[in-house]
Amino acid sequence: MKLHTFTVYVEDRPGVLNRVASLFRRRGFNIQSLSVGHSETAGVSRMTVVVETDDSGAARIKAHVYKLINVVRVEDITDRPSVVRDLALIKVSANHQNRAAVMQLANVFHARVVDVAPESLVVEMVGSEAKIDGLLEVLRPYGVLEMVRTGRVAMARGSGAGVAAGGGRFLPEAEEGFSYSV
Amino acid sequence: MKRTGAQILWECLVREGVTEVFGYPGGAILPAYDAMLDYPIRHTLVRHEQGATHMADGYARASGKVGVAIATSGPGATNMVTGIATAMLDSSPIVCITGQVGSRLIGTDAFQEIDITGITLPVTKHNYLVTSAQDVARTVREAFMIAKSGRPGPVLIDITKDAQQASCEFEWETAAPVVPGWREAPPLGRAELARAAELIRTAERPVILAGHGVTISGAEPALRAFAERANIPIAATLLGIGGFPASHSLNLGMMGMHGEAWVNLAIQEADLLIACGMRFDDRVTGNLKTYAPHAKKIHIEIDPSEINKNVRVDVALVADLRDVLERLVPLTEPGHRQAWFDRIAGYKGDSAVRDIQSLPDDGHLYAAHVINDLWRATRSQDTIVVTDVGQHQMWEAQYYHHENPRSLITSGGLGTMGFAVPAAIGAKRARPEAEVWAVVGDGGFQMTMCELATAVQDAINIKVAIINNGYLGMVRQWQEFFYERRYAATPLSGPDFVKLADAFGIRSRAVSTRSDVLSAIADATAHEGPVVIDFRVEQEDTVYPMVPAGADLHAMIRRPNPIVETAAD
Ligand SMILES: Cc1ncc(C[n+]2csc(CCOP(=O)(O)OP(=O)(O)O)c2C)c(N)n1
Ligand SMILES: [Mg+2]
Repeated sequence: MKLHTFTVYVEDRPGVLNRVASLFRRRGFNIQSLSVGHSETAGVSRMTVVVETDDSGAARIKAHVYKLINVVRVEDITDRPSVVRDLALIKVSANHQNRAAVMQLANVFHARVVDVAPESLVVEMVGSEAKIDGLLEVLRPYGVLEMVRTGRVAMARGSGAGVAAGGGRFLPEAEEGFSYSV
Repeated sequence: MKRTGAQILWECLVREGVTEVFGYPGGAILPAYDAMLDYPIRHTLVRHEQGATHMADGYARASGKVGVAIATSGPGATNMVTGIATAMLDSSPIVCITGQVGSRLIGTDAFQEIDITGITLPVTKHNYLVTSAQDVARTVREAFMIAKSGRPGPVLIDITKDAQQASCEFEWETAAPVVPGWREAPPLGRAELARAAELIRTAERPVILAGHGVTISGAEPALRAFAERANIPIAATLLGIGGFPASHSLNLGMMGMHGEAWVNLAIQEADLLIACGMRFDDRVTGNLKTYAPHAKKIHIEIDPSEINKNVRVDVALVADLRDVLERLVPLTEPGHRQAWFDRIAGYKGDSAVRDIQSLPDDGHLYAAHVINDLWRATRSQDTIVVTDVGQHQMWEAQYYHHENPRSLITSGGLGTMGFAVPAAIGAKRARPEAEVWAVVGDGGFQMTMCELATAVQDAINIKVAIINNGYLGMVRQWQEFFYERRYAATPLSGPDFVKLADAFGIRSRAVSTRSDVLSAIADATAHEGPVVIDFRVEQEDTVYPMVPAGADLHAMIRRPNPIVETAAD
């Protein structure tokens, strides 16, 4: 069992997020994080879905997701070199006495302070989940008042293109995915 | 040309080749019903929307075409859910059309508003909410394309009332499907085919497992050519029955929970399984840990999500079955497997003696006898048998020997009681020249017997054989084996079915001795119109063999060996 990261291109239509999310639920897979937004192609959204499963579970997820009519393309990029990022906004309790210390910690983590109030700070950090977890750990003693994270977004490195290049039909990648010889 | 959404709906259905629909009207679908009168469509008025979906399903399974059911919003739509799920689990292509409240009312809990696209999300291959007349044509075309392609399945189209009423320009040609995620099965790799051929060449004890996919892909001739050339015996799943002639020397019979003992033993001893359009359902594998332990597995299946789902396979050929088998034949060498056939013959052992057919006549009427007699009486005609779910369904599978594709229609995956009578009506609409028999338990019959009125009103000539054992028999059987015969809620009374049929205006008769079976069937066949026969059979009879749920496939409960000397002849 390990965390698998899927990028899923879907038609940008009402209810599609529900179709994808519901499929994971119904097939007994627990979504760790899910983020959705526009892709490089108009009318196509891109999701990053993280699920804890083994390799055969991941293969089944991929095949099931492919069956959704609104899904244009799905990839399991877990074992491919990729850029993986999470964005966090963390509101930390800080007053004039310890504000400097908090800001210094944020600096060490290459995080930015994006709001300052008399009794709190909002720190913004983009990075891997582990790095953000690290920042969070050192901020906790000061008092974390609120936090929001986007969940993982991911992109494979290198020149492989998104959905536009393949047009969505008869993708060579899909054929590779369908070849199940073991 | 300007058309209303309702007109566009029918215009498109007609262009998709639809001539029959099954449905029930109501407020939100009224504009569509009104427009229907102007199109060459025959509408069958059902008595419950579940019936409409089973009829569409029976129509689809009998003909291979897409079946269409139509209903109103709210309760009309929710009544369809069981039939949609039944079609989903058995990969049956149906399109269900439901009315929906006006688009401005959506989300307000308006009268008879229900989120039917949400409700049916997990039981449809795909579904649509259409809120504008402009989208009707493209949606219908997409729905048909999706329902019948690849692994077929149900598609639901929910159309708001205002979308039915509004007018817009209609042009069939420009309303082409837009499905960017659409994929046909990918081309088959030569390497995989060669690997499969090599496994087949070197196998000493191969068995072909034939599923519903054989008929769905029209692979019957290809399967036969392949099996004959490679000389490999064939076992069928419940829905695979009919895909290969029962009388063929390579036919073994049905596998699984109520499969024949020798079939399950052959699978357990096989060194190669060639799974054709089947999905290793738990009802055919039993305990997966001990399933076919010596066998390499080749899985030929169009749905990639079935690969390695239940059983790990050695070669997967994800493509249309017929295509694969046709390409496998020339790669296959004639097989010599006498030792294997001898061994399988040995597995038959005393099966014949244990068979209920060999029991001395004790004056009782057994369901197996009724079904076997039905087979004898109807085998030479073009006959379709539609079963319900329960013991009678398994006896049908065991004692009616199907020679032709689409001659057995039954709810396998969902096991939906109440399926038989409406699905038989649908099958008869699809194949009016065929004699259609519904074989149904007294329990399941009482779930959808209202559809007898449909058969009468629309003069649909189906024959209904009620296998009346006074029990929810299959559940009683489980109680007998696994719950110390504590018959909780399984003894079942019913109306006098003869009088009931009479009240519907249907010819009917009760039969309680074996000597009357054939004449009752002959009478029914001779009568031009629906008939009900109430076969009052042995009440506490048991389907053998039985693999208890989750047990090893070879761990079957067998019918006790009777007094051997009387059975020897
Ligand atoms: C709609 C539905 N409810 C419950 C069941 C569970 N079930 C399976 S077989 C069976 C008994 C069927 O009884 P009957 O129709 O009389 O057929 P028999 O087994 O007696 O031949 C029941 C209740 C089911 N399959 N479908
Ligand atoms: Mg019964």
